[in-house]
Amino acid sequence: MAGRYKSKIGWSEVTPREVFMSRRQWMTGAAALGLGAIAGPSFANIRRNAKFSTLEEPNTFEEITSYNNFYEFGTGKDDPARFADALTTDPWSVEIDGMVERPGNYNLADILGAMDIEERVYRLRCVERWSMVIPWVGFELADMLKMAGADMNAKYVRFETLYRPDEMRGQRRRTVPWPYVEGLRMDEALHPLTFMATGLYGEEVLPNQNGAPIRLVVPWKYGFKSIKSIVKVTVQNDEPLNSWQEIAPNEYGFYANVNPNVDHPRWSQAMERRVGGGLLAKNQPTEMFNGYGEEVASLYEGMDLAKFY
Amino acid sequence: MSISQSINTALRRVPAWPIYIVSVIPPVWYLYLGFTGGLGFEPIKELEHRIGLLGFQVLLATLAISPIRKYLGVNLIRYRRALGLVGFFYIVCHLLVWAALDVQAVNEALADIVKRPYITIGMAGFALLIPLAMTSNNWSIRRMGPLKWRRLHQLSYATVILGGIHFIMARKGFQLEPWFYMGLVVVLLGLRVDLGAWFARPRRA
Repeated sequence: MAGRYKSKIGWSEVTPREVFMSRRQWMTGAAALGLGAIAGPSFANIRRNAKFSTLEEPNTFEEITSYNNFYEFGTGKDDPARFADALTTDPWSVEIDGMVERPGNYNLADILGAMDIEERVYRLRCVERWSMVIPWVGFELADMLKMAGADMNAKYVRFETLYRPDEMRGQRRRTVPWPYVEGLRMDEALHPLTFMATGLYGEEVLPNQNGAPIRLVVPWKYGFKSIKSIVKVTVQNDEPLNSWQEIAPNEYGFYANVNPNVDHPRWSQAMERRVGGGLLAKNQPTEMFNGYGEEVASLYEGMDLAKFY
Repeated sequence: MSISQSINTALRRVPAWPIYIVSVIPPVWYLYLGFTGGLGFEPIKELEHRIGLLGFQVLLATLAISPIRKYLGVNLIRYRRALGLVGFFYIVCHLLVWAALDVQAVNEALADIVKRPYITIGMAGFALLIPLAMTSNNWSIRRMGPLKWRRLHQLSYATVILGGIHFIMARKGFQLEPWFYMGLVVVLLGLRVDLGAWFARPRRA
């Protein structure tokens, strides 16, 4: 990517595509508006995967990029937005190793070139009871695993976030045993809903605070499973010990499926609150598997979800 | 005249009642911020945390008054009752925001108090404050007598310990801020222990 154009414009100055698209629609008149409504509010020339996208109203770009959990930059919700611009995301490579035919350090640009980039509007449910709707841009994890020739009979996939304390100030303190680690069972990793996000709101670039340049998105699991700024992917047979399970095994398990019937020890998971609703925002019931039960419930058939939380 | 003496003399003319009036400003200001976007995109949690922390800070300030007199010679005792009541007021606000805006259901809030240890502990700390707030008046001191009254108000020590634990447990993972406050609690209570008297105390054989 030598000589690649770099904009000095900050993300905060970018008009959300939804906003300027709606301006254009307004200018082109009622007919265009009607067509736009039929096609759905597409944010760019990036194809939206309608089958896997919710029709719910997405949170604004500002909400998605201002209210984040990314402890690598601090434990405050606004710390990632304040401090994540220190992170260098170019050059970036992802090491794929373990039970794969073609292990190695994959340049992010090469990965992206080989992938089918599309948009997916997913619900995100944080274990802390807040939620958002986010229009991600990216590709299916399964495609990346296939690219590296992953052994599909292996049992697990392990992910690791970058450890670079001089750029990630939150790592200078041991809030979490760095680097942050997450994992999925192979069938979860290969599920078509499991997504690698490399962009947001129609842009093929992720804001740093959202886990740039490449992050996992598993919409039926609590947000902490969706590991950010990934540098390493390992295909293995041992169940990875994910960071939050390591920190508090009685509170956070390996599966972390969104489940209104299994409480967190410190709070009920029955309800959630959409971010951005203001001081009088109403709580809404949390759905089993965050509303993706039809697609993923079969993965857990016969499992005691209170035990494998 | 020493510095502490001149401070004490100057303070003689400063009454305690303005504390009550000023104390209304932070909750009103936070509410205003919450309604105008000043508390971020999840203003309910932010409001709940800010007013809770403020209440804890004011209660710790209340407990700092007697060590300040003992070690620095500055006498702020006159303001202690007002500070204690203001701290109580903020904790009531914290509770109201939690129940009405955050949990949004009385039965769920009650269930949480029973089921969730960090909320049980927080509620216990609050419950101990109720008799203290109710007896924070001259009439109660006269009626109870200073000894009994003082002993009752030592419940405030338990309250800040419970509050500190509640704060630590409410955070995800190991976080520095609540431990800093727990350190303050230990220092403020530690300053009250009279080590000389402790060692001089006659022991049972």
